[in-house]
Amino acid sequence: MIPADLPAWAVVTVVVLAVAGSAISLLGATGLVRLTSFYERVHAPTLGATLGTVLVLSASALFFGLVEQRFLPRELLIGAFLTVTTPVTLILLARAALFRDRAEDERKNPEP
Amino acid sequence: MTMLFVWGLALAQLMLVAAMGVAVWRIVVGPRAQDRILGMDTLYLNGMLLIVVFGVRTGSPLYFEAALIIGMLGFAATVALAKVLMRGEVIE
Repeated sequence: MIPADLPAWAVVTVVVLAVAGSAISLLGATGLVRLTSFYERVHAPTLGATLGTVLVLSASALFFGLVEQRFLPRELLIGAFLTVTTPVTLILLARAALFRDRAEDERKNPEP
Repeated sequence: MTMLFVWGLALAQLMLVAAMGVAVWRIVVGPRAQDRILGMDTLYLNGMLLIVVFGVRTGSPLYFEAALIIGMLGFAATVALAKVLMRGEVIE
């Protein structure tokens, strides 16, 4: 429930940030359907992992910062962690896919 | 103002659930294993954001730890699955 002492501009900002972040995440996920090859699709969800996450987490940080009258953004923890891990996971996944594709190519037409 | 807060955040949650639905569709359809892993990556990410928005909506800071744990375990799961695709086993 919304606290009574939360100012109107804060409510509007929190809602706008959360909705914008969610919309960008949805946009990134839509890329999973629209794009045709795996190497194109691997780029799409990073939209949600970077900008979408930052927007939703800043909405949360602003809300709890105002409600609890503290500046201890634990959201920074998730943000920093995702910023570090997302490239690592996707590079590993893309390399594994490349490895599989190459192995399959060699099985189909082996070198003379 | 309360109406805007509740319905705006409900809209945000609806969009995140739609994103999760798209990711599940990609997991089911495939066509290859790497596509399914990518779908799972998107699924846990959007689930984590959904829990964060849940925390804002209820005003309870308790949801936050759940989001953190989902983020960390999802990273470990994706890396382990990519490793399985590459080598056939997780720990060599």
